[in-house]
Amino acid sequence: MAEKLKVATCSLCGCFGCHMSFLDIDERILDLIKVVEFDRTPITDIKHISHCDIGIIEGGVANAENVEVLREFRENCDILIALGACAVNGGIPAMRNSFELKECLEEAYIDGVGVHTKMIPTDPEIPMLLNKVHPIHEVVKVDYFLPGCPPSGDAIWTFLTELIEGKPISFPYTQIHYD
Amino acid sequence: MVASTDPELNPQAFTSALLASAGNDSCELLQMLHALQLQFNHIPQASISQLSEALSLSETYIRSVIGFYTFLHETPRGEYDILFSDSITDHMLGSRLLLSDLCDKLGVERGVPRKDGRVTVDTTSCTGLCDQGPAILVNGRVLTRLDAHKIQNIALLIENCTPLDEWPSDFFRIENNIRQSNLLLSHNQCNGEAVQKCIDNGADKLLEEIDDSGLRGRGGAGFKTALKWKFCKEAHNGGTNDRVVVCNADEGEPGTFKDRVLLDSQADNVFEGMTLCAGIIGARQGFLYLRGEYLYLKPQLEAVLAKRRDKGLLGKNILGKHGFDFDIEIHMGAGAYICGEESSLIESLEGKRGVPRKRPPFPVTHGYLQKPTVVNNVETYLAAACIAASGSEWFRSVGTEESSGTKLLSICGDCEHPGIYEVPFGTSIQQILDACGASDVQAVQVAGAAGMTIPPEEFERSIAFEDVPTAGSFMVFNNERNLLDMVQNFAHFFVHESCGFCTPCRVGGALMKDLVDKLTDGKAGRYDTDEMRNIGLLMKSTSHCGLGTTAPNCVLDMLDKFPYIVEEKLAHHASYEPAFDLDEALQEARDISHRNDSRAHIRTDT
Repeated sequence: MAEKLKVATCSLCGCFGCHMSFLDIDERILDLIKVVEFDRTPITDIKHISHCDIGIIEGGVANAENVEVLREFRENCDILIALGACAVNGGIPAMRNSFELKECLEEAYIDGVGVHTKMIPTDPEIPMLLNKVHPIHEVVKVDYFLPGCPPSGDAIWTFLTELIEGKPISFPYTQIHYD
Repeated sequence: MVASTDPELNPQAFTSALLASAGNDSCELLQMLHALQLQFNHIPQASISQLSEALSLSETYIRSVIGFYTFLHETPRGEYDILFSDSITDHMLGSRLLLSDLCDKLGVERGVPRKDGRVTVDTTSCTGLCDQGPAILVNGRVLTRLDAHKIQNIALLIENCTPLDEWPSDFFRIENNIRQSNLLLSHNQCNGEAVQKCIDNGADKLLEEIDDSGLRGRGGAGFKTALKWKFCKEAHNGGTNDRVVVCNADEGEPGTFKDRVLLDSQADNVFEGMTLCAGIIGARQGFLYLRGEYLYLKPQLEAVLAKRRDKGLLGKNILGKHGFDFDIEIHMGAGAYICGEESSLIESLEGKRGVPRKRPPFPVTHGYLQKPTVVNNVETYLAAACIAASGSEWFRSVGTEESSGTKLLSICGDCEHPGIYEVPFGTSIQQILDACGASDVQAVQVAGAAGMTIPPEEFERSIAFEDVPTAGSFMVFNNERNLLDMVQNFAHFFVHESCGFCTPCRVGGALMKDLVDKLTDGKAGRYDTDEMRNIGLLMKSTSHCGLGTTAPNCVLDMLDKFPYIVEEKLAHHASYEPAFDLDEALQEARDISHRNDSRAHIRTDT
């Protein structure tokens, strides 16, 4: 049997919805693990990535830690994939881009309804926020983009199987229309 | 406060008067908005409500029309509304320095009205005065050949509230700079000769004469004029015999200014050509769609029209021929490059946003108000009049087999004698460069921002529909120029001018602009230049109209023909670099949290 491909996944500034959708491939995950081995993913709980064939990124880039993780993925993955609307376009988190960062933090920690201890957190453990949320291709080179909020389990399955089999990637229309 | 009853000062009274003279016709919406803008420095809310009521259009719709045109505003501009021409050739003549100089002197931020409402300073796309720039528009009037001294004077005049009419008249001097004349520019002014031939010999004979001349549209696309007129003449949609003649004088292609000169010096021939067309196709209604930047030409053009009406060359029973009724109305544009595209122009004539229509049906069958319509360039009508008067043989005596006659070029940039050159089709680019006194040339941009960038090894190519077609723009760049400045200027131009209707142009143009900016900043890698090519090809193959399909030309030409410009700017040390500074992007968070520990920074040296 050929050596298994190594795959890593992570969620940056996303909602884990794309990962949930990934799990919607259901029992097909058993077929998948016949040909791939998971490295860093929320499933394995491995904290740092080692060299992988495929890296899958959910979520956009909103803070310094996202930048660090994304760069680590890029350095270690031969193929990097932007999965879902946030990774591709910034998505919902990027809606804060039309406001100043200060306004966002004040709304959340000072002026918001029901806020008691009014202060903006400054703990060094907390990752520093970038002034704007970026899609991942604005920070590193990205090889593939799979749009959708989230892309369906079937779309993810089609994408991964065709990629792994080395075929040109093409979807049935029903998997990539969103209305 | 009691509202003024003087219609000059009272928006409501002014709007009522406009509506009355337009007969509450919604096709006149843009013309009314234009008049309101000139009168009140903006479109007052009260007028929007009034127009909405009278024309049965929603306020949102009227706002969408205002938002479409650069020269219309919902909030007041300054009493002196100053717009610097932002063409690359104006940049080359130092316009950007002059702009920041004027902003400093007046204490005003670009694009924002000064607190006292006195003045706004902003930029606009090419104003068509590239041979005598840097140029500005002040409340729609044109000032040319600006320099530091004039800027100082302008600042003083504005601070002293001097009315524009009292500014030094030489500020407003516009030269025609005709450097080389041939068939058309040396032809006498027709005062009915062409139209008389149409009456004497019959429309079919005249159409044949124009067909024999081989005349092709001068707007750049080169469609055979006689064929277009024939299609329109023969169109029978819904049995209407109501046909329309439209002259496209929305000369917005950066670097083009020959129509301005023709309308100033040869207006009779242009109107004669339109009347001839009306006689041939059987039209009663004619429009000259004049770009907003050429507002100053309107009074003299109206005078020419009035004179022609007096002579019986326009109006009822032209030259005594019973039933030959035709007249021409001037409609103003309001700062939208896309309206040079014929179907957008027709939409704009109907008072709407200038969004291109789906084609087919073509304007020759379904044009203005769905009537069969001929839309031709200023130069085409002029040529048609001259051909009718002097014959097809005369016209064919110069030019090439496929491109007969001459082409007017507006030449600007790095040459000793910028201006208008009428050259026979088939003239090589090198011959033209020699004629205008250009040496040490790095590149020529032919046909404007949407055209082609020609490197020296292709200077033997010639101006002709079968080789290098152009509507007239010819910009020269010498070896001291950084061509990337030109590409960047064009990329920004297309983002501003995209009508926003289709995604490939609206989004593709913006992505292209970002990539060109990234390259200019020295942050682009191979990946980015590959992306430029991908986006460019996608725009070319999928955009809705010619704006989107030609917008990436300058970037693709740069990649293909001027690789050295790209090489010099590529970031070779990294395979990929973000367009923005990541560590700088944390500064706001550092300021808010007062942190400066190592985790409050991102290393940028990867």
